[in-house]
Amino acid sequence: MTSTSTLSEHESKALLARYGVPHAPERLVDSPDTAAAAADELGYPVAVKLCGASIAHKTERGLVRLGLGDRGAVAGAAAAVLAAAGPDDGDVGVLVSAMVKGNRELIAGCVDDAVFGRCVMLGVGGILAEAIRDVTFRITPLARVDAEEMVEDLATQALLGPFRGEPAVDRAALADVVMGLGEAFTAEADAVSIDVNPLIVVDGRPVAVDALVEVQR
Amino acid sequence: MNADELERFRALFDPRGVIVAGVSSHPGKFGFVAAHNILSHDYPHPVFMTNRDGADVLGHATYADLSRVPDGSADLVFVCTPAAANPDILRQCASKGVKAAFVASAGYGEAGPDGRAAQDDLVRLCEELGMLLAGPNGQGVISTPSSLCAQIVAPYPPPGRIGIASQSGNFVSSFLNYAGWSGVGVSRAVSAGNSAATTVADYLAYFAADPETGVGLTYVEGIDDGRAFYEDMRAVAEAIPLVVVKGGATAGGARAAASHTGSLAADDTVFDGVCRQAGISRAPTIEEAFEAAMAFATQPPPRGPNVFVLTTAGGWGVVTADRITRSPDLELMALPADLEAQIDAELPPRWSRNNPADMAGGETRDTVPALLEIVTAHPDVDAVVFLGLGIQSNQGRMERDGRFYPDFGLERIVSYHERQDVRFAEAAVRAADRHDKPVLVATELAVTQPDNPGVARLRELGRPAFASSYRAVAALEHMWRRSRWRHRRGLDPDPPGT
Repeated sequence: MTSTSTLSEHESKALLARYGVPHAPERLVDSPDTAAAAADELGYPVAVKLCGASIAHKTERGLVRLGLGDRGAVAGAAAAVLAAAGPDDGDVGVLVSAMVKGNRELIAGCVDDAVFGRCVMLGVGGILAEAIRDVTFRITPLARVDAEEMVEDLATQALLGPFRGEPAVDRAALADVVMGLGEAFTAEADAVSIDVNPLIVVDGRPVAVDALVEVQR
Repeated sequence: MNADELERFRALFDPRGVIVAGVSSHPGKFGFVAAHNILSHDYPHPVFMTNRDGADVLGHATYADLSRVPDGSADLVFVCTPAAANPDILRQCASKGVKAAFVASAGYGEAGPDGRAAQDDLVRLCEELGMLLAGPNGQGVISTPSSLCAQIVAPYPPPGRIGIASQSGNFVSSFLNYAGWSGVGVSRAVSAGNSAATTVADYLAYFAADPETGVGLTYVEGIDDGRAFYEDMRAVAEAIPLVVVKGGATAGGARAAASHTGSLAADDTVFDGVCRQAGISRAPTIEEAFEAAMAFATQPPPRGPNVFVLTTAGGWGVVTADRITRSPDLELMALPADLEAQIDAELPPRWSRNNPADMAGGETRDTVPALLEIVTAHPDVDAVVFLGLGIQSNQGRMERDGRFYPDFGLERIVSYHERQDVRFAEAAVRAADRHDKPVLVATELAVTQPDNPGVARLRELGRPAFASSYRAVAALEHMWRRSRWRHRRGLDPDPPGT
């Protein structure tokens, strides 16, 4: 088995954005001051995360700080996550992103299945995703109608309708994300897996809040 | 499929002459059973049997070897001999013009490294001889258009349009048993055995091209090349309805199982998606698979999701409505005003005024046939489920078998009820044909009282009743999903219902 590495969150999102997978505005910076400046530009509140090619367990290690409401909080969070970086984390930066707001978390991704090869997935996300397993797959390349049917496949259809004061999910936009992932996975031959987790529904439209592209080294 | 391949499959399924190698005079041996089954079903072409001692078997002469079989007199050899003897037998058969071999013999890929080597040799030999190799270690092949029952298991099914290919020979038997039970027949059936050279996908590809076969039904376990499976199955599903049961969750999982996506791919959800993508009707059980195939083989395809339920009793309708409501694909349609008015004209005022339309015991002599026609004719209705066939004959049965029969007017009333149930069965079939829509009849009498006159009449007409409304709705779901899959991909000229 060939060894793999991952693109950083920032690189992963940038790559997927080229295939139409939307994410919130974000800036990659290298210091507390530049983080604060980026937050000013993006507008508050923001999220601050340590960003690098080989950072695992971001949340568990406290490297994700959410809902930061002013310059001081941003600069402080940036300093803290940079200080927490260890030698195993390699080259790191600070990713400042606009906070997105939505009650519904989905998950999407791509996988190289041992039997069926390169597949794209859509599912219900959040911390219970692997317990609920409301997911659906298609092999790539897939047609637009296949992507639309993946949205229909989800058992938890109530989640896609109007939900807790939020509008219904834009099914076409969700199918666009699936199509984009399928195209990315077909075109990027060295990609071996893609995770978009969570894919948060913001005002009915899916937005990639974290992404990880695993590539063959 | 090229002309040579077609010719070899024809030799397997429509042979003009069969050699049975290794028949036995001992009724407990496969070599006896194979001879028995071939000779018992009016196969119209010559059957040549070999037996080591040249002894008569079942009153038929056998040959000690193949040298006396005339050239060009057999297309198929059914092989029951020990594996070690088979290469010579196959060479001799090829020299006589045999184009296909069904190898029932064990001792191949399932039997350790030596067996695997023997199997590889067998595949190479058949390639060299230009012979189709079915099996080895398979239970046989059935072909009703040719009255061929070359198998070491039972039963022989009624003729029909379902083509069966299975990685498990015993599931071929299960499907054939259901064919006998339902009367919905089979064109071809084959147990793929070890699938050394000819796989389930190959047989299904032949079925798709076979004018005798209208529906594919298959059981698969291991899938080696998922991409090839997808491409092959999709091509089949574009041609004919294809119902698949898969045994064994995919153990392989994903290469990058460390990713979230990979861990979510670890069971057979990927196979589920592949089926939906390829237009395959995946069934979770053997009975649901057969009943889906039965629906495909006997009912017109629905053009939309709207189901109307017609029932003679409330509870049946309620449970059926619940099942349809839970379906992600079907709609328990609202009762249209014009249909309500039409039904109202046929029933006393107490009927349910809803879907399900519960006749509430208000039927007169012609109500059921009239309502079947009215409901099926309505342009918003895409499919009908009818509940209540056979219940009057069920009471009639008790009266006929009881101590008072035939006195007290019982003979007359029992025969009236029986005639009525026959009429209802005929009305369901007529409505489906006239309006080109599925009309599914569901009653447990299909299982509990198969000779009930209503149930029996439906079976005679080739549209058997489903054993429960739950099972009827499951079959209808398979049908609608396939119609929708075709509509959405521009494979059918008809516009989609929704």
